[in-house]
Amino acid sequence: MYEFEYQKPKTLAAAADVLKKKKDAKLMAGGMTLIPTLKLRLAKLSHVVDLAGMKDLVGIKATKAGVTIGAMTTHGAVAASAAVKKAIPALAHLADGIGDPAVRNRGTIGGSISNNDPAADYPAGLVGLGATVVTTQRKIPADKFFLGMFETALKRGEIVKAVEFPIPKRAAYMKFPNPASRYAIVGVFVAETADGVRVAVTGAGGCVFRVPAMEAALAKKFAPESVAGVSIPTDGLNEDIHASAEYRAHLVTVMAKRAVAAAIGG
Amino acid sequence: MTDMSIGRAVKRTEDLRFITGKGHYLDDFKRPHQTYAAFVRSPHAHAEIKRINKAKALKVPGVVAVLTGDELAADKIGTLICGWVIKGTDGSPHKAPPHPALATKKVRYVGDHVAVVIGETLDAAKDGAEAVDVEYKTLPAAVDTASAHKPGQPQLHAEAPNNLCYDWEIGDRAKVDAAFSGAAHAVKLQFVNNRLVPNAIEPRAALADFDAGSGEFTLYTTSQNPHVARLVLSAFIGIAPEHKLRVIAPDVGGGFGSKIFIYAEETVALWAAKKIGRPVKWTAERSESFVSDAHGRDHVTTAELATDKDGKFLAMRVNTVANLGAYLSTFASAVPTYLYATLLAGQYKTPLIYCDVQGVFTNTTPVDAYRGAGRPEATYVVERLVEEMAAKLKIAPDELRRRNFVQANEFPYTTPVIHQYDCGDFQRAQREALRVADVAGFAQRKADAKKGGKLRGIGYSSYIEACGIAPSAAVGSLGGGVGLWESATIRFNPTGNVSIHVGTHSHGQSHQTTFAQVVADRLGVPFESVEIVEGDTARTPFGMGTYGSRSAAVGLSAVSKAADKIVEKGKKIAGHLLEAAPQDIEFRDGKFRVMGTDKEVGIAQVAFAAYVPHNYPKDLEPGFEETAFYDPLNFSFPAGTHVAEVEIDPETGTTEIVNYSAVDDFGTIINPMIVEGQVHGGIVQGVGQALLEGAVYDADGQLASGSYMDYTMPRADNVPSFKVETIVVPSPLNPLGVKGCGEAGAIAAPAAVMNAVHDALRAVGVDKVEMPATPHRVWSAIRNAKKKAAK
Repeated sequence: MYEFEYQKPKTLAAAADVLKKKKDAKLMAGGMTLIPTLKLRLAKLSHVVDLAGMKDLVGIKATKAGVTIGAMTTHGAVAASAAVKKAIPALAHLADGIGDPAVRNRGTIGGSISNNDPAADYPAGLVGLGATVVTTQRKIPADKFFLGMFETALKRGEIVKAVEFPIPKRAAYMKFPNPASRYAIVGVFVAETADGVRVAVTGAGGCVFRVPAMEAALAKKFAPESVAGVSIPTDGLNEDIHASAEYRAHLVTVMAKRAVAAAIGG
Repeated sequence: MTDMSIGRAVKRTEDLRFITGKGHYLDDFKRPHQTYAAFVRSPHAHAEIKRINKAKALKVPGVVAVLTGDELAADKIGTLICGWVIKGTDGSPHKAPPHPALATKKVRYVGDHVAVVIGETLDAAKDGAEAVDVEYKTLPAAVDTASAHKPGQPQLHAEAPNNLCYDWEIGDRAKVDAAFSGAAHAVKLQFVNNRLVPNAIEPRAALADFDAGSGEFTLYTTSQNPHVARLVLSAFIGIAPEHKLRVIAPDVGGGFGSKIFIYAEETVALWAAKKIGRPVKWTAERSESFVSDAHGRDHVTTAELATDKDGKFLAMRVNTVANLGAYLSTFASAVPTYLYATLLAGQYKTPLIYCDVQGVFTNTTPVDAYRGAGRPEATYVVERLVEEMAAKLKIAPDELRRRNFVQANEFPYTTPVIHQYDCGDFQRAQREALRVADVAGFAQRKADAKKGGKLRGIGYSSYIEACGIAPSAAVGSLGGGVGLWESATIRFNPTGNVSIHVGTHSHGQSHQTTFAQVVADRLGVPFESVEIVEGDTARTPFGMGTYGSRSAAVGLSAVSKAADKIVEKGKKIAGHLLEAAPQDIEFRDGKFRVMGTDKEVGIAQVAFAAYVPHNYPKDLEPGFEETAFYDPLNFSFPAGTHVAEVEIDPETGTTEIVNYSAVDDFGTIINPMIVEGQVHGGIVQGVGQALLEGAVYDADGQLASGSYMDYTMPRADNVPSFKVETIVVPSPLNPLGVKGCGEAGAIAAPAAVMNAVHDALRAVGVDKVEMPATPHRVWSAIRNAKKKAAK
């Protein structure tokens, strides 16, 4: 780890101020990606701005319309939340499958989506449910939030405050984990929402993406067989020592099929 | 007092300190004025070092020194050694090119040591290491095992043309060929035995201290064999005369073989400590462990088995290319030869066996012994061949094994590949394993699985291993540079409690518990009054250390022998105290008694008399302490049958192990709970090899699986609850009848699991999947089989 200055501001405005003034400053939420990156000397920062202790950013609020999750709410809290389990069980299930217990007790939803790891689970949840990201400056629909590998619509000094999830009619998330890291090799979130069916895929490409062909097929008939024959092109899919693009494309179909089955079953 | 004798499941006495954080691991140690070392490691698999510029590094605040290979050579520090010389087919010794602790002209693998930076703090050392400017001229790399010795490959060492360390053989090729040509049936398999990274939970570390006043070095290090480390560092590397070097290995957090070897880091730390006049500490980070701990396995093998018309084995023919990495590690040469090909008979009466092995250098991390060392590879060859032969002949695989087993009344049995098995009952172990695994119910379970869309398969592994290494004369005759005996001192203290000083060293094997059980049992002293002293060359007699499942079979035999000596001396003292002749004294349950009388004296009183010899035999030395050295008569041969049952999801290629049963013969068992734990750990590592683990190098020699993000360690949810039982056929060749249990699981499991995988996949036309059988590989194999069938 290189030396850096640690700051723990009391307000979001103060945190944003550091980010604006210091070019090599970075926010830390749970630190589950940042700390290992620093320990491996893959990042050299002037300031680490810790959001821990900002109580306003922690918590889950459920209404009839939806569920709002504060940016600093841990995966463990989402997974264990009775409100989330009742309103959107698929989201609680997704959170329960992130990392391991240690990660789930430190890692946060705000940190995860701001980092936008191509194999993270939450991006699929947000896009799949048509969520809205609430920042210090505006509200951003999930479809426009995740721009590319480790890239989001957040501007410098803009901080995620919460995520608003509408309640779907039914939904499910199926992940095929990388056997080593247990990140998603492919994760598919399927939801039937008031605005139609959404199918969001993480892990397979450089960034979360939707599969319109599957959405169209499911809109006609929300059943596993509707997607069983829909395959996605391999162009642009990730390839690594664990999975070829071809295998990933295949898994998208399999996981989508299983997610639909789970959504119906659950 | 509860019964703590041999055979009891005594709870591990070391656990309280481990689980409450009171253990003493290497990184817990600190010396006054200690400095920290960071190594500059090669980012290239193969390159010439054109220039090393230290200037910038020396300006980094807190940097104490920057040292390179030229300075190491100038100080006449020797190169790292390989202690076992293999003679090739042509009679010439293997090629052992120089292995400098810090590279001088060339680097030969990613992670190779180029320089060391010593800092006041670890951060200063690391900052300094980054600031060392090394100019490389990169060279093409030889990475692939199978082709490394073929013409046209990049050459690693001038001393080893075609990257060939040795071309070695065992057996009579002509006779084997003749048997094949006359055989009714033959199968031929080609496969890779995948390279593994050891991943001990405690990374390697060294803390070196030099006392300028006495001229003595002290090395604290993570070692399975501190005396061997001292011997090599003094006699061969030339750090200091042996009596001026003390090696201390405190609690060691796992090793699996990787902490047997003498590495560059401890060598450099010792040298640097004297050079700068301050203690030097180095602790590997996990990323360093991945590239610098000696790896395991990495074979490419072609294997054939011939039988007569009834499935009776006639001959086996095996060719293996073994990847030794960039340099020869401490015992690397012996692993794919004498620890491998000598086990190719397995549990069977195959009369003719031929094996040739090409040991090759590649631009990868050195490869050496890793849990099982050669024997998992041999078991995989034998048991995969047997399973495929059974499929070909349409004979049940358990039946084919029975037709060829060495029978219980045929021991001692001499195989065509050197070993003489002392005892065993292979048929009984198999019979018990079939029962424990409920093989009778498998067909129904398979049918049920099929209804759910899953492919279910069952696989056997009837393994044998040679462990308890080893008779020194045998080792010497095969090229080994050391003896492999063991030592023990039993020291009664005047107050009657006992210190046992031994040359083995636990790195997870629970010696503190099991050794105390044996001593308490043999000498009738309270279990709680026995202390085990290990891991410090100044406190223990010379011993060869812990590996090859030898601590019980060899180490405890030395303890047992020392206990005999204690009893003999005790009889003389007791005879005097009881006014009887020593030959009329018997010893039982901690008491010396005049035979046929009730006159007796306890061993604690005898000890007291020996140290306060006011009333003492005139012709006897005071003191109550005995040392014994024990050289085994033979290897020991644990054996058994493991049965794995898997379910494969053909849609994703995921393999789940749904049942795993093991019946092992480890001879006499000292502590069944600890043995069961050892078996569990071994099986998990074997499952890791079969389904999960694999070091992957890209074509440029970069380790693509260099962290836990990409190297799949087995986890609890990868394995089912194991069903583990034992049968006991005591070894007649050592005093306790023990055989060793540390490696059995890792030896048996890969073949059992992969046989089950192949059994499951045969239904969909797949004939081959390599280890690790990852979901991607299994899915690809199924898809390719479908494509082939469609043509």
